[in-house]
Amino acid sequence: MWIKPAQEQGIRKTVADRKVQLAVYSATARLKEKRAEAVSPDVFPEYEELRSQANRIKQHALENLDHYLEQFEKNVESHGGRVIWAREGAEVADFILGLANERGVSLLVKSKSMTTEEIHLNERLEHHQLEAVETDLGEYIVQLAHERPYHIVAPAVHKTRQDIADILERRLHVPREEEPEKQAMIARRTLREKFLAAGIGISGANFLVADSGAVVLVENEGNVRLCTTAPRVHVAVAGLEKILPRAQDLAVFLKLLARSGTGQLLTVYTSFLSGPRRRGEVDGPEEFYVVLLDAGRTRLLADKEKRQSLFCIRCGACLNACPVYRKIGGHNYPGAYSGPIGAIITPQYQGLARDPWLPYASSLCGACAEVCPVKIDIPRILLELRKQITESRTGGLERMAFRLYGWLMRRPKLYALAGRMAGKLARIPGLAKLGPGAAWASQREIPLPAGRSFRDEWRERKKS
Amino acid sequence: MARRVSIFVTCIVDQLFPQVGLAMAGVLERLGYEVEFRQDQTCCCQPAFNSGYHVEARAVAAHFIRVFRDAEFIVVPSGSCTSMITHHFFDIFSGEEALHEEAGYLAPRVWEFSRFLTEVANVEDVGARFDGVVTYHDSCHALRELHIKEGPRRLLRKVNGLELREMSIAEECCGFGGTFSVKFPEVSGGMARTKIESITATGASTVVSIDSSCLMQLQGALAKAGSPIRTMHLAEILASR
Repeated sequence: MWIKPAQEQGIRKTVADRKVQLAVYSATARLKEKRAEAVSPDVFPEYEELRSQANRIKQHALENLDHYLEQFEKNVESHGGRVIWAREGAEVADFILGLANERGVSLLVKSKSMTTEEIHLNERLEHHQLEAVETDLGEYIVQLAHERPYHIVAPAVHKTRQDIADILERRLHVPREEEPEKQAMIARRTLREKFLAAGIGISGANFLVADSGAVVLVENEGNVRLCTTAPRVHVAVAGLEKILPRAQDLAVFLKLLARSGTGQLLTVYTSFLSGPRRRGEVDGPEEFYVVLLDAGRTRLLADKEKRQSLFCIRCGACLNACPVYRKIGGHNYPGAYSGPIGAIITPQYQGLARDPWLPYASSLCGACAEVCPVKIDIPRILLELRKQITESRTGGLERMAFRLYGWLMRRPKLYALAGRMAGKLARIPGLAKLGPGAAWASQREIPLPAGRSFRDEWRERKKS
Repeated sequence: MARRVSIFVTCIVDQLFPQVGLAMAGVLERLGYEVEFRQDQTCCCQPAFNSGYHVEARAVAAHFIRVFRDAEFIVVPSGSCTSMITHHFFDIFSGEEALHEEAGYLAPRVWEFSRFLTEVANVEDVGARFDGVVTYHDSCHALRELHIKEGPRRLLRKVNGLELREMSIAEECCGFGGTFSVKFPEVSGGMARTKIESITATGASTVVSIDSSCLMQLQGALAKAGSPIRTMHLAEILASR
C-alpha cells in the first residue's frame, strides 16, 4: 500500500490544526532565525570551510569504520569500561534488562536520545516492569503525555504552555501552573528524586571519539550530567555511525552542532565521558558501558551514494528549514526521525516496502541541504530512493501515465496534437477535476488551458 | 550585433502559459537577438525524473539533446527546467559515456532567461514599463541549484513605474513540487497559503517569479482564496511597456 489511510488522515488532521500549526511554525521559525544569525559570514566566517571539513571527516570515518570502532572499543576498555555490540534494537533492551536484573534495579533515568527512541527502548523496559524516566524537560513532557518526541532537538515543540500545564496537572497531580519557569521547577523537583533513586542512567551519544575512547554529550539542562554520574551504572547507547577519529575533530563538530541546532555558540554543557569512576575520584558511575547499535546502519554503509545519510549529527536544522515538516509535524512521520532526515533514513533502516510514500513527502525545494552542517545532499537521496521504489514496483496508473509521457515526449507532432486535444477536453465542465485534478482542485483553482499552445501561436506568427 | 538564440519553451509554458513564451521571445528580439523555436522540442523530462521513472526520463532527456545539440544559446523561461538540464542530465546519463559527454557539452549553453539577460546580454534595463507594486518569489531550483537571487530583482528594479517590495519569506517553497502537489494536496495547499500570507502582507498587487509552475500553484491558491493578487512571469513584466 502506498500510504495507510490512518497516516493520510493524520497528515490532514495536523495540517488543519491551527493551534499546532502556529506552535510549530513559530518555534521552528525562531530556531531557523537563530541558526541563520549564528552561521552568518560576519560572525562565523569559517562556516563553509568547517562544513566541508565535517563532510570529509564523516566520509573518512565511515570508510574506515571497522578500524575506528575497534580503536574506540580498545580505548574504552583500557579506561575500565565495556563496549557491547548490538545488531538490533532488541539486543540493546536485553542487555539493559539483564543489567537491571543483576543489579536489582527497577528505576532508570534517561537523558534525551533519539537512538533509544528509534529502538523503542522505553516501551521494552516498561514491558518488563522497569520504570525509565526521561529527564530532558521536553522529553519528560512528551513522556508524561504518552507521546513520541515531535522534533529531534525540541521534543515538545508542538505543545503550548497551556498544554504543558494540563499535562503536569493531570500526570503529577500538582496545582495548575502556566509559567514556563515554574513548570520547569515542578519537573525539576520530581526529577531530582528520580536521579538520586535510580540505579542505572541511560544516555545517548552525540559523538564517540576513537582515539580517546570518549563519549561526548551536549545539552543545556544539566540532566545529562546527572544521568551519567549520579546512578551507579551508566549505559550510553549509540548508533555506530557516531564515531569520530580524533578528539580534535570535535573542534569542527561541536561548533557546527550547537549553531545549527539552536543557534548557540556552544551548548551550556559539553560532557566528555571516558569510563567509570577511577580511584580517588569523587563522582562518576561505578560501571560504564557503551552499546553500539547497528540496526540497518551497516547495510546502508554498503551503498556508496546513500552512505552520506549516516553523516547526520541530529542537529534538527533540516526540520526547521523544511516547509513540509512544518506543515505535517513530527508525529506523522513513521519511526523516530521526522523531517527531511527522517524521510531518507527511516526508509533505509526499515526497508522501502514499508511507507514508500516517505521519500515523496517533499517538494524537493532543497532547503534541507542548504542548512545541513555536514552537507548531506538530502534531495539527491530522496530522488534516488524514489527511483528505487518505482523500480521495485510494477503496474499502477502512475507508471502507465509516465510510460505514455515518455513515449509521447519523443514524438513532437503527436505531443502537439495531444496538447490540442487535452486543451479542448479540459474545457468540458468537470472533466479536469477527475483523478489528480480533484486533488489539485481541492486546494487550488485549475488553470484554464490556453486557447492555443505556444508552438501553434509561434507557427502562426511566422506565417504572417 | 544580433545573435541567434534558441528558446526552449517548457511544456507548462507551451500548454498553459503561451503568453510567457511570447513575452520572452519579444524581450529577446527587442534586445536584437534573432529568436528561433525548434518545433521538435517537448519537455526537459523533469516530471518523470522527479517521480522516479528514470527509464522514461532518460528517453525524453535524450530527445532534448537531439533537438538542441547544435544550438549556441538555449534560453529557458524556468529555473527548474534549466537546472534539470544543466545539473541532473549528468545523473541520468551516468554510466553512458557518449550522452554524458553530450550533456556536458550542452550544460554551459543552457541559460535561464533572467540570467541570460544579466550575464550574456549584459542588460538590466530592458526598457520596460509596468505600473504597480510587485513582490518576487524565489523559486527553489533557481535559488538553490542555480544560485539565482539578485539578477531578477535587478531587472525588476529597472522597470519604469515598478516598485519591488520584499516579502518576509521570499525563499520559502510555494508547495508545488510537481506530483507532490497532488500526492499531498493538503500539505501542498497549506504551503501555498503560508506563502500567500507573506505575499499579501507586502501590499503588492502582483507576485513575480521566473518559474511558471510556481506561479500556477500560487495563482490557483490565490484564486481559491478570492485574492485579487495576480501572478506574472518575469518575462511578462519585462515585455510590458
